[in-house]
Amino acid sequence: MSRIWSFHGGIHPAENKRQSLQRPLERPPLPKQLILPLQQHIGAPATPLVEVGDKVLKGQAIAEPTGHVSIYQHAPTSGTISAIGCNPIPHPSGMEGLCVTLEPDGLDQWIDHQGVTDFRSLEKAELARIIRHAGISGMGGAGFPTEIKLHLSDDRIVNTLIINGAECEPYITADDLLMRERAESIIGGIEIAAHLIKPTHCLIGIEDNKPEAAMALTRAARAACNQRPELDIEVVVIPTKYPSGGEKQLVKLLTGIEVPAGRIPADIGIVVQNVSTMSAVERAVCHGEPLISRITTLTGEALARPGNLEVLLGTPIQHLLDHCGAEQPIHRLVMGGPMMGYTLTDSLIPVIKTSNCIIAATAQEFGEQPAAQNCIRCGQCEQVCPAELLPQQLHWFAKGKEFEKALAHNLMDCIECGACSYVCPSNIPLVQYYRFAKGEIRREQFDQRNAEQARIRFEAREARLEQEKRDKATKRKARAEAAARAKAEQSDKIASTTSSPVSRSTSSATTNNTADSTASDPQALIKTLKTAAAVARTKLKKAEKALAQARDDGNELAPFETTVSEASAKVEASQQALQQAEQQNPAPAPSLAELKIAAATARTKLTKTEKALADAEAKQAPSADKLRVSLEMLRSKAEAAQSALEQAAANTPPAPVAVTLVDNAPVDIKALKTAASISRTKLKKAQKALDQAQADGSADLAELEAQLAQLSQQAEQAKQAFEEAEAQQPVSTSGPDLKALKSAAAIARTKVNKTEKALADADAKQSPSADKLRSSLETLKQKAELAQQQLDQAEQSTSQAPPSEQSNTQQHNSQQPSSEKPNSETVG
Amino acid sequence: MDPILLAVLVLLAVALIFGALLGYASIRFKVEGNPIVDQIDSILPQTQCGQCSYPGCRPYAEAIANGEAINKCPPGGENTIAALADLLDVEALPLDAEHGEEQIKSVAYIREDECIGCTKCIQACPVDAILGAAKQMHTVITTECTGCDLCVEPCPVDCIDMIPIETTLATWAWGQPQPGVQLIATDRGRGLAVQQQRDKQAEQHQSQRDSKSQNNKDDAA
Repeated sequence: MSRIWSFHGGIHPAENKRQSLQRPLERPPLPKQLILPLQQHIGAPATPLVEVGDKVLKGQAIAEPTGHVSIYQHAPTSGTISAIGCNPIPHPSGMEGLCVTLEPDGLDQWIDHQGVTDFRSLEKAELARIIRHAGISGMGGAGFPTEIKLHLSDDRIVNTLIINGAECEPYITADDLLMRERAESIIGGIEIAAHLIKPTHCLIGIEDNKPEAAMALTRAARAACNQRPELDIEVVVIPTKYPSGGEKQLVKLLTGIEVPAGRIPADIGIVVQNVSTMSAVERAVCHGEPLISRITTLTGEALARPGNLEVLLGTPIQHLLDHCGAEQPIHRLVMGGPMMGYTLTDSLIPVIKTSNCIIAATAQEFGEQPAAQNCIRCGQCEQVCPAELLPQQLHWFAKGKEFEKALAHNLMDCIECGACSYVCPSNIPLVQYYRFAKGEIRREQFDQRNAEQARIRFEAREARLEQEKRDKATKRKARAEAAARAKAEQSDKIASTTSSPVSRSTSSATTNNTADSTASDPQALIKTLKTAAAVARTKLKKAEKALAQARDDGNELAPFETTVSEASAKVEASQQALQQAEQQNPAPAPSLAELKIAAATARTKLTKTEKALADAEAKQAPSADKLRVSLEMLRSKAEAAQSALEQAAANTPPAPVAVTLVDNAPVDIKALKTAASISRTKLKKAQKALDQAQADGSADLAELEAQLAQLSQQAEQAKQAFEEAEAQQPVSTSGPDLKALKSAAAIARTKVNKTEKALADADAKQSPSADKLRSSLETLKQKAELAQQQLDQAEQSTSQAPPSEQSNTQQHNSQQPSSEKPNSETVG
Repeated sequence: MDPILLAVLVLLAVALIFGALLGYASIRFKVEGNPIVDQIDSILPQTQCGQCSYPGCRPYAEAIANGEAINKCPPGGENTIAALADLLDVEALPLDAEHGEEQIKSVAYIREDECIGCTKCIQACPVDAILGAAKQMHTVITTECTGCDLCVEPCPVDCIDMIPIETTLATWAWGQPQPGVQLIATDRGRGLAVQQQRDKQAEQHQSQRDSKSQNNKDDAA
């Protein structure tokens, strides 16, 4: 017999356990409805696996865990899921929670299930998985998922496994009856737990007011230990005192160790499990039955036949009350014990995995308490507090909302056992105050955390904005600096090329250098040489002018003459260099476009000069002769340009658009389309010009007509090319872009609407554009319809089959080049 | 030596020594920043709503440290004012109505069908709690939203609602005990009720007896 320690405080309320122990364990009939809350435990609510209307078998999983700290839920009997929705659930708030409602079919048909014959041969993880899948959570009080408590990481060493059979609260006898009737099952569960966590010894704590239970368990434990000598299971009878069944109190009672504040027993190598949880583990592992029922005490003076019932989870309490004969009016319906339980507001609330007791109390039994009076500082609460706190101080702090001080007085270590309230001569609801203070503190901490998070995010954002601003400023600065530098360089260059005589004298050298540096690009070289030659020519002219001036002024001529001769020599040199370069790098045949431009420029110059000449002749200006000469020159130049152009045009194939079509390998339909539309526009313009010319009676009608014919031919060609390309566009493009089609349809619709509006306006004003608008409206409508059709088609085909097949037709009709991609096919 | 001169010299020497000490301490133990601002900032709710007319909680904390009134924070409400008064040892003033009233905590919610993707709310959010891109639907990261409602005003299509945070099973907590509402009565209550009942019965009995004796007396009379 191991030693027993004791914990501070504790009370001895009237036990009231006898009433419910008069009758054997019963099974109530199947209720009409089972309501299964998705949250029957600590942690996240489970996620439903079934839908309304599903048929489920007994033991079938109907909800799976959401995250790590969560559990499975199973159908307690076979039937149909009739609803998944909010129902009142057992919770002190009286709020509703998400529940799965099961309509039993009365067959009570099990799903295929099989126990493990030898759990010792299983891996730890596999065993833990079985327990998790059986949906077992602590059945003594809080409902913590059992698998997490039993499947500890390897670095946790557990010395002692404590099994809680104390059941210290008044009225409750569910564990007592379980221990009496199913001692072997409990011991089996302990063996499984011991196999999982490998403690050096197991202690079962039972209060001395349950001698029969202690006897039964001792017998079963001895039998198990005889069979397996490595097991060390001991039943320890402890003195009856409330709250010896509290986890920390039981640990203190059985081992003499105090669990540190804010820690769990596992931190000091102890695991505590409830007896009913152990029994459920045994059912799950050895029989393959998930947790679908539990033993619940129904007691209270309002019941004619109080007793313990094996209740299917989810059974509405009203059903159990009816079974136990609730004849007297129930003044108060309590779930849990009288010390730590809570009042239920609705008798349709279901039994859940943690419901160990339901008290249907009469007014006489749980009468109204007299009003709370002032604290007289008697100190009785301090004497009974099992957590060794100072309840009256905590009361003051909670009442005055001095939560920080309450925290400093270890409010969070309060187990809310209610012993202080029980002994208070002033009837102060002390525990209520502590619960309130705890709630407030938790909320404050939550808010504090959130505020801290918000502060961090705010500061990060500020920093980011600041950084962006800085980046922008530096960029702007850099840009401004670069611009200033460029400007300075440019002005430097100008200065160096124009002003200083030194640079002038070395200009040919510079030119040579430039020529060297650009030698790689003959065209550029020629260009620079040309410029140099031109500069040299200008200088020569200037020098000649200066010489002439000097001659007129009668100055000394010698220096000017040398300058002129120097300049002329330079001009010659540069001219030579240029010619050489041109010979070495014959200019490539100027492209058609360049030639055209040259011809056009020549023509323009010609016309300008002609005009100037006419003006001069009209004014009889002396410059007319000069102009005439230059006109002649220009005319010849223009002719030359024109002839060059014609020659070039004759050499190159006649339809440049078509050429690009043939040559440019991946045919870009978009480009083709653009080309076609351009040629159309050109054609239109030419037509207009022709009309104009006809109206004016101009002479060059024939020429214009020829042009028009050519253009129309070109347009035709472009269009053909475009159509051909489109037709040959293979299916390889990605499926029809529904989005694009949709927006196209929407845009078409909007256009139609707009045009309709405009038309209405025009009609109202009787404006002449109405007819035009009408015709355009027609076309727009057609287009919109087409777009809609395409969209419908695309939608249909995408919903039916993979889009590759119909995208062909899509592409033909849709005229949506934006969604088409160039491909390797060429158009002949 | 003249005692007066001596006294003056001694005092001068002492003053110099302490002056040097203080000067050294002020350099050696210099405190970076104003620690009171940090403390005030940690009390403020960090909604960054700007209802106090300062651009965020920290600027307001700095202003309070420089003597600004402590009752300009509607999101913090009375609790914050009480905590600030406690920290600064000043009188707790009622909330300044000019800066808004204390409201139920809420979070922004974007009606996503109506959002046109203008990003205006994203730019307004002080804690980057709105997710989205130009011409894409935006949404609020509920857990990061401080409920400052700065995003409501800029929305061109008014698709942002401020939804009060509802109490769920996970966030529910016990309220302050009200007089008359009790923790579950234990057997002591029963005893009391029984006692009361007995008293009542005894009273009735007494009155019955009284009436009986009265009757008897009447009869006798």
